[in-house]
Amino acid sequence: MPLPHLRAAGLALAVALAVPAAALASKKLPVSPDPDATIVHVLNRLGFGPRPGDVAKVRAMGLDKWIDQQLHPERIADPAVATRLGPLRTLHLSTGELIARYEVPPQARNEIQEKKAELGNNPSEEQVRAARREFMQKYRDRMDGTPQDVVQDLQSAKVLRAAYSERQLDEVLADFWINHFNVFAGKGPVKFMIGEYERDVIRPHAWGKFEDLLRATAESPAMLFYLDNWLSADPNAQPAELRDRPPRGRLGRGPFGRRPWFMGDRPAAAPPGQGKGQKRGLNENYAREIMELHTLGVDGGYTQKDVTEVARCFTGWTMRNPRQGEPSFFFNDRIHDHGDKVVLGHRIVAKGGGKNEGDEVIHILATHPSTARFVSYKLARRFVSDEPPKALVDRAAETFRKSGGDIRAVVKTIVTSPEFLSPATRSAKVKTPFEFVVSAVRATGADVGDARALTQRIAAMGMPLYQQQPPTGYKDTAEAWVSTSGLLARLNLALDLAAGRVRGVSVDASRLVPASAASDPDAVAAQLVPSGLAESTRKTLESEAAAADPARVAGLILGSPEFQRR
Amino acid sequence: MLTRRIFLKSTGLALVSFGVAPRVLLRTAYAQGSRRKKALVVVFQRGACDGLNVVVPFGENAYRQMRPTIAIPAPGAGREGALDLDGFFGLHPALEPLLPLWKEGTLAPVHAIGSPDATRSHFDAQDFMESGTPGLKATEDGWLNRLVQSQPDPEATPFRAVSMTPTLPRILSGRAAAVAMANIRDFDLRGGGNGPAARGFEEMYEGAVHDVLHGTGQETFEAIQFLKKSDPGRYQPAPGAEYPRGRYGESLKQVAQLLKADVGVEVAFTDVGGWDHHAAEGGVQGQLAARLKEFGEALAAFRRDLGDGMQDVVVVTMTEFGRTARENGNRGTDHGHASFAFVLGGDVRGGRVHGRWPGLAPDRLYEGRDLAITTDFRDLLGEVLSRHLGARDLSRVFPGYAVSSSRFPGVMRAA
Repeated sequence: MPLPHLRAAGLALAVALAVPAAALASKKLPVSPDPDATIVHVLNRLGFGPRPGDVAKVRAMGLDKWIDQQLHPERIADPAVATRLGPLRTLHLSTGELIARYEVPPQARNEIQEKKAELGNNPSEEQVRAARREFMQKYRDRMDGTPQDVVQDLQSAKVLRAAYSERQLDEVLADFWINHFNVFAGKGPVKFMIGEYERDVIRPHAWGKFEDLLRATAESPAMLFYLDNWLSADPNAQPAELRDRPPRGRLGRGPFGRRPWFMGDRPAAAPPGQGKGQKRGLNENYAREIMELHTLGVDGGYTQKDVTEVARCFTGWTMRNPRQGEPSFFFNDRIHDHGDKVVLGHRIVAKGGGKNEGDEVIHILATHPSTARFVSYKLARRFVSDEPPKALVDRAAETFRKSGGDIRAVVKTIVTSPEFLSPATRSAKVKTPFEFVVSAVRATGADVGDARALTQRIAAMGMPLYQQQPPTGYKDTAEAWVSTSGLLARLNLALDLAAGRVRGVSVDASRLVPASAASDPDAVAAQLVPSGLAESTRKTLESEAAAADPARVAGLILGSPEFQRR
Repeated sequence: MLTRRIFLKSTGLALVSFGVAPRVLLRTAYAQGSRRKKALVVVFQRGACDGLNVVVPFGENAYRQMRPTIAIPAPGAGREGALDLDGFFGLHPALEPLLPLWKEGTLAPVHAIGSPDATRSHFDAQDFMESGTPGLKATEDGWLNRLVQSQPDPEATPFRAVSMTPTLPRILSGRAAAVAMANIRDFDLRGGGNGPAARGFEEMYEGAVHDVLHGTGQETFEAIQFLKKSDPGRYQPAPGAEYPRGRYGESLKQVAQLLKADVGVEVAFTDVGGWDHHAAEGGVQGQLAARLKEFGEALAAFRRDLGDGMQDVVVVTMTEFGRTARENGNRGTDHGHASFAFVLGGDVRGGRVHGRWPGLAPDRLYEGRDLAITTDFRDLLGEVLSRHLGARDLSRVFPGYAVSSSRFPGVMRAA
């Protein structure tokens, strides 16, 4: 992002880069002359921004120690979050339980279809609402809630965790991986699978070896469904041998599917190629994305031929019970393509049933130098800047290779680097809508009893959580989030939040702007933004101080250009 | 409308009689001389739409053979089939609302069109189509933004370039001011555009001169003020213009509102997802059919809504690539190469399918699997930009590509 002040700052960065190698190796972090600004910077990057009092707490503990603790989240007690998540009743249910209790029953589906036909092409909002109410009444005893409730709980939980967890870096990293291995709640039953996906696939592996994380996603029902691999089969497999085929289930659209208009989804479309005597065949979707998006990167050195060969290796990686019972990974050797393959120059030969082929592909990809570089680059972009310094990416990639893809080691290399801690890096990132909303909640010390309104605001800014359709996930760079519409939505949230006008959220603006500090914007800013206030912002805030309206001052601070950055 | 055209034509004639006005100047005069500005609306179908099942080559046997379960039957075969266009191509039956446009000559499909880059990555292909520089990732701005840059207009309104999306898309990002707007109704600041909070924010963003947010802030406040004055919300759809529910239909409706409110829109953008049908794509009915129904209904409603105003508007649809000529093992299609575009407008040479048809024989397919590209998307856009908008500096809009009228597909009527 070519910003003038960043360019100017490049010089400072170059100086920081000139630190001798011996200094890099030493465990001592480079200390900024302005320690509080560094603390605010670190709270903004390894977490979702400071709460009132956070800077003093970290100062008392020592920044090095705080960072080290954040790198080992299992050592941090985190009782507050459990309390906050308590009311979200779908959060702890298994996929099968969610399907049984929150999916629209098939009979209701048919009725909805009939109702849709009856209402015609352009039913009014009232008609839709009335129809929805009618169905809810009728099926209430058979359903604990709607599919939308499940998605809503996921979204609320994400906001609450980010806002209240003491394990801030853990939340940042989980968000990073969920986005890296994106799945889309709007596709078929994926919405019921995401809870398990995040809980049992992403989070337990977020700090471990990248290869384990990659394999866990490859075998997850959420990913198998989202990128269609559960359907991929050897075209020459005999139809008669498809008796182990996945049970009939409704298919969603591709990753670019759209949101349903009614109670949830469209009715069951016949599962493709699964009728009697129907042959199935190869599907390239997952094979392409695992290389382009999950491992090598689009320029990582693979060809269309590699895509096809990888797709052949993954034939038979499917699941049981996608629509009822507990969906689970299952290797079906009957639909596996047993022929020889060559992937990125490696010859791959089936052993036993042939599951080894997909495993070998995962190993080849996870240990490929392009993967070390691509994953390190993305992490550095998240933590440091939109165009992270090449030397830092090189060192992170080296850590990745030497440690066998140890994620904790790579993250540590990045967040303890001089580039990361350099004053030039402060405020270099524009917050995403999710980061902005959560950081505003934290800055005001707000009490979120119900996060639904906040998740709706985030969605209106163009970032509906768990609902990014394309497999690329959300963008992590400034240009994606700087727009008139996005800015206006931020300003309005800033004003509404500070004035206590966001449903379910109570705010005491004087926590952010104490009366004693109302005429000293710099003192407030020092606790929130690491690079201080621009002259125009300071003047505006000073002139507002006379009005003695802490809510308006707080709103202006949250909406200021400085607070849009981290 | 008619009066102005006659006037311009006679003006042009006068110029010709002095022997100083090549046709291109005449067109430029027409494009610039009109009181109301010409406008371009771009609709991006994200996810790679299967052009072969949209503009269906039912006249080609290979088409049916390669798509045993998802091919659209030829017209008049006793059951529901393609809507015949010219005896070889037909529209997907779900696009029935567009048939009147074809008949009145305002709809021009272009086949076998796309970006020449070989990528089958959604992300890269969309990026290239929006930057307008296939193969070059370093391009900083989008071609629609460069178009605006290339024609400075001191009298431009804040709505000269507008995207009906919650974030600003790549195609419109760049130095020229552009407004992104999810919804006209929500485009206001709490407490009003003149309230104390608004003034405070305005001052802060005004002063943040070194920040990328500075320009966005200014554009936002200008747009709020301007919108308040012109109140486009009071322009309701013309009778019979029924937009489908959902963000896409709503966004085209709001583009029409802005155009009718005369707020100075020259380029407008919106997008529509849901085209990535790797499985269960369907044929006459199914997932693609449902998406096409919405897609076509919105375009037909837009045309009806604008009425005579369509004379000054061209709509171009685009998608990042097409899909495999053969269906895959899941009754869907995988990522391919060429696809289709619709061009819609009063000055469009509609009623015929444009673009050279490469055929679907095995040796005619791109890499043995996909429809080949015979029209570079920049040639179509080059024609629309120069002949409709009067753009002169196409090398600036599409750097590194020699846009040449000899390759124009011929979708625009000569002035």
